[in-house]
Amino acid sequence: MTGAALLFSHADTLSMATGSRMGSSAAAGRSSGLTGGLFDWLVEWIADLGERVTAGICELGKFTLFSFSAVRWLIARAPRRETIWSNFYQIGVLSLPVVALTGTFIGMVLAVQSYGQFRMLGMETRLGAVINMALVRELGPVLAATMLAGRVGSSMAAELGTMRVTEQIDALTAMGANPIHYLVVPRFLGCLILIPALTIMADFMGIVGGYYYSVFVLDIEPHHYLQNSASYVGWFDLFSGMFKSLFFGAAIALIGCHHGFNCDAGAEGVGRAATNAFVLSFVVILLLDLILGITLDGLYYALWPKGPSII
Amino acid sequence: MIDTGANRHTSRDPLIRVDRLGVTFPGREVLRDVRLEVSRGETVAIIGESGCGKTVLLKTIIALLRPTRGTVYFDGRDLNAMNEAELTRQRIRFGFVFQQAALFDSMTVGQNVAFPLRQHTEKGEREIREVVVSRLAEVGLPETVVSQKPAELSGGMRKRVGLARALALAPEVVLYDEPTTGLDPIMSDVINELILSTRRHHPVTSLVVTHDMRTARKVADRVVMLYPLPRLDRDEPQMLYDGPPQEIAACRDPRVTQFVEGEAGERLMEMRQRNGD
Repeated sequence: MTGAALLFSHADTLSMATGSRMGSSAAAGRSSGLTGGLFDWLVEWIADLGERVTAGICELGKFTLFSFSAVRWLIARAPRRETIWSNFYQIGVLSLPVVALTGTFIGMVLAVQSYGQFRMLGMETRLGAVINMALVRELGPVLAATMLAGRVGSSMAAELGTMRVTEQIDALTAMGANPIHYLVVPRFLGCLILIPALTIMADFMGIVGGYYYSVFVLDIEPHHYLQNSASYVGWFDLFSGMFKSLFFGAAIALIGCHHGFNCDAGAEGVGRAATNAFVLSFVVILLLDLILGITLDGLYYALWPKGPSII
Repeated sequence: MIDTGANRHTSRDPLIRVDRLGVTFPGREVLRDVRLEVSRGETVAIIGESGCGKTVLLKTIIALLRPTRGTVYFDGRDLNAMNEAELTRQRIRFGFVFQQAALFDSMTVGQNVAFPLRQHTEKGEREIREVVVSRLAEVGLPETVVSQKPAELSGGMRKRVGLARALALAPEVVLYDEPTTGLDPIMSDVINELILSTRRHHPVTSLVVTHDMRTARKVADRVVMLYPLPRLDRDEPQMLYDGPPQEIAACRDPRVTQFVEGEAGERLMEMRQRNGD
């Protein structure tokens, strides 16, 4: 009801706007009444949609070119040492505490949430299998990537955006240094190399947190908890988490840097670049997670047709 | 060490030749059919009000922006036809002094001035330090600023560091983007004197984009005035004046004299009309 009303009122204002703009067609629009207005609105809507779609495709094309050139420079010439260490420190070392902390909490939360059901079935010790599998395969990598996107991805966009706005990127180019080589490659490399380490950290702390809560708070028998975990969670699970995290890391760095490079002028532009970089990388992380999850799952069942069994 | 190809052409050829240059941004034409020739050793001031495309012209000359139409020849060669490596070799023959200095704020002043040296020379640390200190001394800054961060400096000092950085590789051309904007009159004059002394000490060709007539009069051999395209008719040239600074006040075009004298002229009438008076 309200939706329809809104739609019509919107159509009305739009037809008025187009009418007054076009002058001669205004009279025609008014005489044909609602249908004319609706038609105008529809045309406008389609034009608007088309504009957005082409803008989106252009953006995707630009991003692809940007990524290619980052990879090309990564291969072509080793990044300068002074750019590497500061970035690695920013991306890896400073992200470690927050990744460890969130990992611990998510491990504990998993124990809290799944305990009730398992208790009813009398399979509390199987909690280990569930918690650790969920952590190693999904939550560890995704959580580490999310924290990295929030902490590092958006700060890359803000930092490079500020450099763009204050002409520092132009200054690099003017002094004969390639900004992609100088600014993007070390960040890209940092994310790519360090995100598996952060994922391991999230996995480990999640396992510790889950174990701690299960054993000391929920009073689950530790020996069987660990044995079930060990027999259920395999190397492939750990590998699939690590493998996915590489893609997440690449996406975070490239999206963050790309947003920074194409930042609009002013404080508002920088802020928007940072926010958009985070939101987009988060969406892309989950999208990649789905695609890679399906692919790796297929691979898993191709290798081990029997599949794992929790009981 | 670096083959700059400087001797390929005789000194009578213009060093920079801008030929029928047009630059269009999405939805906005900024430069149209601009022609400009700058000889070796000349100092040309490009004046005009904000938004007339002066900075765009400067950035197109060093290929930070690509022209939509037309060509920029530097030392007889088309900059936009070069590959990345060649373009880099040509770019370091330029020094660019940015409007807000554009110092890298993650680095110290010393690292900023040393940046082009580290990028393009094999000099050792001590040699680099010597060059940095002497460049800073040239712009009148003491050795103590070397370890400071750009954020700790005043606007005038930042601009001077920007100039020192632009001069680090002893460029043949120095491009100044609004060198005195945002500075007090005294500091503006210091910068003007620095532009002159740079010229005395190094055989440079300079392009100075400015809207400060005092700067234009003081440092330039030749003044070129650009006018914003939206205020021009389709067939009018964008360059309203091209000549010596002494004669600009006598120019018959009222738009030029208004700019020189700093009079708003018909702009005030336009504003009043827009306000419905």
